[in-house]
Amino acid sequence: MTASLNARNVIVALVVAGLLLLPLYTSLSGNVFALTLFTRIVIYALAAASLNLIMGYGGMMSFGHAAYLGIGGYAVGILAHEGIGSGFIQWPVALAASALFALVIGALSLRTRGVYFIMITLAFAQMAYYVASGLARYGGDDGLTIYKRSDFGGLINLSDRVQFYYLCVGCLLGGIYLIWRIVNSRFGLVVQGLRSNERRMQAIGFSVNRYRLVCFVISGTICGLAGALLANNTDFVSPAAMYWTRSGDLMVMVVLGGMGSLFGPVLGTIVFLMLEEFLSQITEYWALIMGPLLLLIVLFGRGGIDGLLGRLRRG
Amino acid sequence: MLLVVEQFLNGLQFGLLLFLLAAGLTLVFGIMDFVNLAHGSLYMMGAYFAATFVAWTGNFVLGALLALGATLLLGIVLEFVALRHLYGRDHLDHVLATFGLILFFNDAVRLIWGPAGLALPLPGWLTVPIAIMPGVYYPAYRLAIIVVALVVALLLYLVVMRTRIGMLIRAGASNREMIGALGINIKLLYTLVFGLGAALAGLAGLMQAPILTVQIGMGENILILAFVIIVIGGIGSIRGAFLAAIFVGIIDTLGRAFLPDLLRQVLSSTAASTAAPALSSMLIYLLMAIVLVVRPEGLFPASRR
Repeated sequence: MTASLNARNVIVALVVAGLLLLPLYTSLSGNVFALTLFTRIVIYALAAASLNLIMGYGGMMSFGHAAYLGIGGYAVGILAHEGIGSGFIQWPVALAASALFALVIGALSLRTRGVYFIMITLAFAQMAYYVASGLARYGGDDGLTIYKRSDFGGLINLSDRVQFYYLCVGCLLGGIYLIWRIVNSRFGLVVQGLRSNERRMQAIGFSVNRYRLVCFVISGTICGLAGALLANNTDFVSPAAMYWTRSGDLMVMVVLGGMGSLFGPVLGTIVFLMLEEFLSQITEYWALIMGPLLLLIVLFGRGGIDGLLGRLRRG
Repeated sequence: MLLVVEQFLNGLQFGLLLFLLAAGLTLVFGIMDFVNLAHGSLYMMGAYFAATFVAWTGNFVLGALLALGATLLLGIVLEFVALRHLYGRDHLDHVLATFGLILFFNDAVRLIWGPAGLALPLPGWLTVPIAIMPGVYYPAYRLAIIVVALVVALLLYLVVMRTRIGMLIRAGASNREMIGALGINIKLLYTLVFGLGAALAGLAGLMQAPILTVQIGMGENILILAFVIIVIGGIGSIRGAFLAAIFVGIIDTLGRAFLPDLLRQVLSSTAASTAAPALSSMLIYLLMAIVLVVRPEGLFPASRR
């Protein structure tokens, strides 16, 4: 894709610039709330981008992606609870645990296709949810409070709002860069080829499930990183982070932004979470509006925001 | 021994209830190729309708019948207004649209009935224990659930296998274009099937209501269980759903009842009481994983595929 001056690229450039400059605005205006909100948005955008890698490019509709948010979060939380506060230990453990979970779940789930795959990933994530609820030592249903954020030995101070925000933005941009590299590599092309025609790729001689599984594990690992960030952001992790409706939220963010578009999930997350914030300020019953809105988006808004921007350019 | 019999019956009752839910889900999916996540919301609505109508009429059976009709109507309206525009779309679109409906229904219920749960009291004649064997008593209401669910399962079987509507349903499942071309009003057929699925979900909800509290989100956990059942049984197969539902119901119930004691024999009692709840919740998911490893299409895949 050539980097031409079309509506889509302008919007993406504006959004990225806006994300980078946000702390400047908050320090000038004293509006700390915007920074808190956008820290959360950036973290969820990373999770949505990871889901987009397998859903948009790989054609694998994972309905259990929230599980990695929880696993990444619990890795940080449990280690902190046990007195291991170093981020150099916590974060690699979070990534490794997510990768391992993705490997096992992926290997089992990829035996199935289509709607079976949606349901089976959903069911496995529920299983992780019940395990977390059963962790009596680590709060069980009530969740686990993290009294100290990950310690990176003076390199970066996670308790500082602005530093933490930039760490999250860095992770998001790094994650998107990684996904961009993957999607445009030979490996990524094979995965995308599998989405459009599995049988043909098999006939050419690619081992279908191995490519899919590696892609699934990469996606889960990135989402595990988002989970570690989220736990540090809220200083708290609970089974609710991996409840299945959370996976649904992530799916909505991806589809809202545009599946298979690099920055689509970021746009989708911004719109979804801002909408949620906005509606919940108007009424306590915000889902009463959000639900039908979703239905309308599915019915009429094909291709998400990214598709809309693409149409703007053509029209 | 008495406890084993009782828990076994509890498992059977739970399994049959799950079957009603899974049957509706797999009927709609098998025939309309539609993934309905909001099926659990219909279950919840069935329970809320029942609690409301029973309190209003003061008669349990009349209230239950009214609730059943209300859920059927709700399903038909839902299909007519929104869901029929989604047939033939990608499964993902179904998942997202019905996910939106779940959000809607949960908040709608919170708005109408309030955040606190409702109780649905049983009439006196359903609370007495009944002797099923000499010396073994079982609550009449749970026994009634078993009977009702079995009767409904039988009726469903007869309707699908022995009537003209059932013939059309089966034909629609194998080739929708063909039966449309034969001059059958397929739109009406789909609306009927969706309404039937909704009524089955509502029936499960209203029967479960007196046992559990009627509350927001009650359909969500049980919906996942219904998914597990149709994955194990084979999507689109009513027979598979029936056998898998009973199997899952019994395993889940027996696991919760006896796993703590079994674990206590091999582990220390604190370790056992920690591990048992999580392990028994996971039991059926483990079962599903094993089934899928052996048979990725489920135990009784619908033969048409």
